[in-house]
Amino acid sequence: MDGKLGLVIGQRAKRLPAAPPARINWLFLPALLVAAGLTLPLAYLLVRGLGASPAAWNWLLRVQTLEIIVRSLGLALAVTLSAAALALPLAWLVSRTNLPGRRLWAALLPLPLVIPSYVGAYLFVSVFSPRGLLQNTLEGWFNVERLPSIYGFWGALIVLMLMTYPYIYLAVRAVLLRNDRSVEEAARSLGCSPWQTFWRVNFPRMLPALASASLLVSLYVLRDFGAVSILRYNTFTRAIYLQYQSSFDRSAAALLALVLVGMTVLLLVGEARLNRQPRAAVSQSLRPAPPAQLGGWRYPALFFVILVLVLALLLPAGVLLYWLGRGLAAGEQLTSLTRPLFNSLGASALAVAATVLAALPAAILAARKPGWLSRLVERWSYLGFALPGIVAALALVFFGANYTPGLYQTLAMLVFAYLILYLPQAVGSIQVSLRLVHRNLEEAAYSLGSRPLSVFQRVTLPLVAPGIASAAALIFLTVMKELPATLILAPTGFRTLATQIWSAVSEAYFARAAAPALVLILLSSLSLAFLNSTSHNLQGNKETG
Amino acid sequence: MSLRIRWFILPILTVFLSGCAAQPAASQADDPGKLVVYSGRSESLVAPIIDQFAAATGIQVEVRYANTSELAATLLEEGENSPADVFYAQDPGGLGAIAAAGMFAELPQEVTGKVAERFRSVESLWIGISGRARVVVYNTALVDPQELPADLTGFTDPRWKGKVGWAPTNASFQAMVTAMRQEWGEEKTRQWLLDMQANQPVVFDGNMPTVTAVGAGEIEVGLVNHYYLYRFLKEEGEDFPARNVFLNNGGPDSLVMVSGIGRLASGKNQENALKFIEFLLSPVAQQYFAGQTYEYPLVEGVQTERDLAPLSELTASNISLDQLADLEGTLNLLRDTGVLP
Repeated sequence: MDGKLGLVIGQRAKRLPAAPPARINWLFLPALLVAAGLTLPLAYLLVRGLGASPAAWNWLLRVQTLEIIVRSLGLALAVTLSAAALALPLAWLVSRTNLPGRRLWAALLPLPLVIPSYVGAYLFVSVFSPRGLLQNTLEGWFNVERLPSIYGFWGALIVLMLMTYPYIYLAVRAVLLRNDRSVEEAARSLGCSPWQTFWRVNFPRMLPALASASLLVSLYVLRDFGAVSILRYNTFTRAIYLQYQSSFDRSAAALLALVLVGMTVLLLVGEARLNRQPRAAVSQSLRPAPPAQLGGWRYPALFFVILVLVLALLLPAGVLLYWLGRGLAAGEQLTSLTRPLFNSLGASALAVAATVLAALPAAILAARKPGWLSRLVERWSYLGFALPGIVAALALVFFGANYTPGLYQTLAMLVFAYLILYLPQAVGSIQVSLRLVHRNLEEAAYSLGSRPLSVFQRVTLPLVAPGIASAAALIFLTVMKELPATLILAPTGFRTLATQIWSAVSEAYFARAAAPALVLILLSSLSLAFLNSTSHNLQGNKETG
Repeated sequence: MSLRIRWFILPILTVFLSGCAAQPAASQADDPGKLVVYSGRSESLVAPIIDQFAAATGIQVEVRYANTSELAATLLEEGENSPADVFYAQDPGGLGAIAAAGMFAELPQEVTGKVAERFRSVESLWIGISGRARVVVYNTALVDPQELPADLTGFTDPRWKGKVGWAPTNASFQAMVTAMRQEWGEEKTRQWLLDMQANQPVVFDGNMPTVTAVGAGEIEVGLVNHYYLYRFLKEEGEDFPARNVFLNNGGPDSLVMVSGIGRLASGKNQENALKFIEFLLSPVAQQYFAGQTYEYPLVEGVQTERDLAPLSELTASNISLDQLADLEGTLNLLRDTGVLP
């Protein structure tokens, strides 16, 4: 879902003048094959859902279903609003004010991105549940017997808010850093107060980024499986899973899954519409505005930033280490992690390789061969955006068990699910990189007598490699954290870090979940660090080149 | 720049290739020494004994752990295509559903003979491995055992509002509801579920987290199987503030049932499947269930753990385990009443 940002950038990328068509027609074959592969399971889900028994239809059309829809959308809305309410002031404070230590805070604030939602939820529950660690501590000091329950809506809201605010924070900060002071000065000279300037000048400029990041957050919540399960809040994703777990009539789960797809598509359409609105021009010569002087507000502001960091980063890290210590003291063996670690890395690497390979034909066609078929192939590869992990998994389980027993419960099937889910990220970012490479370079190579494949190898590939690498890192990061599809599709006996955490948490072995969670977070941090370094380099290249 | 990318891509490719190299072992279906187990019993309880089987026989055992009803539904979905050789279920309901679909192969006399008739399917399609009782686990600091009701209808009283934990996705809970439907009838069971729902029970994923929550005092009582408590008592000592009560009223809420296993007719490793079932009924494995998981051994001559009341002393429901087969009907009722979403 992080790739959505890439996709958005892709739509905005300047279209370079069309050159004579290269000899890449053969790429349509693999591109169409990939498109067909994506379609099959979903089509089967559709057939299965629509052909559901009358009982399943009745079951779908009852009041409870409406309740689940309202719950899911309500949570998505509440999380988005509160994450925005958290992220906006944070982004402004670290980007546009004289807040002490703002560079450090700016670097730390996006970091909760590396914590998977189910890990965040489990740590939160272990501390704040009615008789959790916090209560244990308070009981010793103040004799507090129990804390109010954090399960349900409020717990889910708090955890998901703390996990998702970085999406909005990053988007808003990017805009704030680019904001030009001349517009603000003009507003001020025309008599606007700073507050009015913010609402009339800065806010409208932030709005598109804010809107698309907010939709990302809503999608995150709609698709989230782990946090809502641990916090016992029945959203759609959880209802589908429970249905899958506890019903012999699986067409009912298929029906529910289709409804979830419908909700996701609605959100995506809304996002696309918002992004089509014209946006204010960014002047080429940026004169950064002088930082706002916080004065006496410095300390409350500092307190706010630190509070968020404590809750979203320091506390999870501390609690994780605490459980790790308890686990090790109780004789937990770290060596038992070698296999899951290896499997996680292997499956993610396979997924990255498969996804990038499958994305190349569509991305190249979209960038180099304008036409309706290219457009269709490209758009079709974004199908995965509409499929929450649990839906893709169900589609493949149903399809695999009935029609492709040879692939069923194999690693190939799992990797294929990842491919469906993350192809949009790959196609989006590879396409952007391709569009940034000027056709003239390729044309020059052609004119010097190079054959198409060698042009691709010697000219195009080296130029788009940074883009591919950052897409790869992003996919690597997301695949490793993925839970529902991994849970349902993993081959028998195939454990990953994510499934290890999940099975320990679902049996309430908090200490046992700590070690795999820590390893997972460390690996995610590494790929995020890599991602940051490449995107900085990309920017550096653009500026100097 | 390009150096940096290579640093990223190279390790990935290495892992990718080694990942590929490691896989074939798992995907060779015709390897003679293999066994695929679908286990509805949780890993923490049965992995040690399965490992012991693998070590003793050299058979490569692959276990798919999941919820019993989920695995039953999966087996029904897979049909003939199922890779599973045996289905090791937490309760007779999941087994009954697969037996009713005609997917189990009959077990030979020498296997079924090891267990008393009331602990296996009449048609020898599956066999009980270990016995368990449904109990109420209560927090000793918060509840006086005297105030516990004589049967589960008592928990619909406002006294227990928000204080009862249950695990409706758990197979043993579902088996108990099936027993209620058989003995109380559909209407009374539905009413009980609705009244319980109105009393806002706390929902857990399984027995283990329920007992954890009772011990922590997060809830006062939980509807669970008997043996989870004893693991806590062993690990945390006698101070662990929870104890079991078996309702002893002879009704469906004082249910004694079994975990059991059946051999799939479509399985590719029939011999290994039988070896595995025989192993689970061997003294070694029965001793493990008695001593390590605190269940009731079902084979003659193996001692029940001394902390447990002997089966003969329990006034259990007379329902036969074959009567617990209608898992589907129970799941539908649980959904109708909103106990399951």
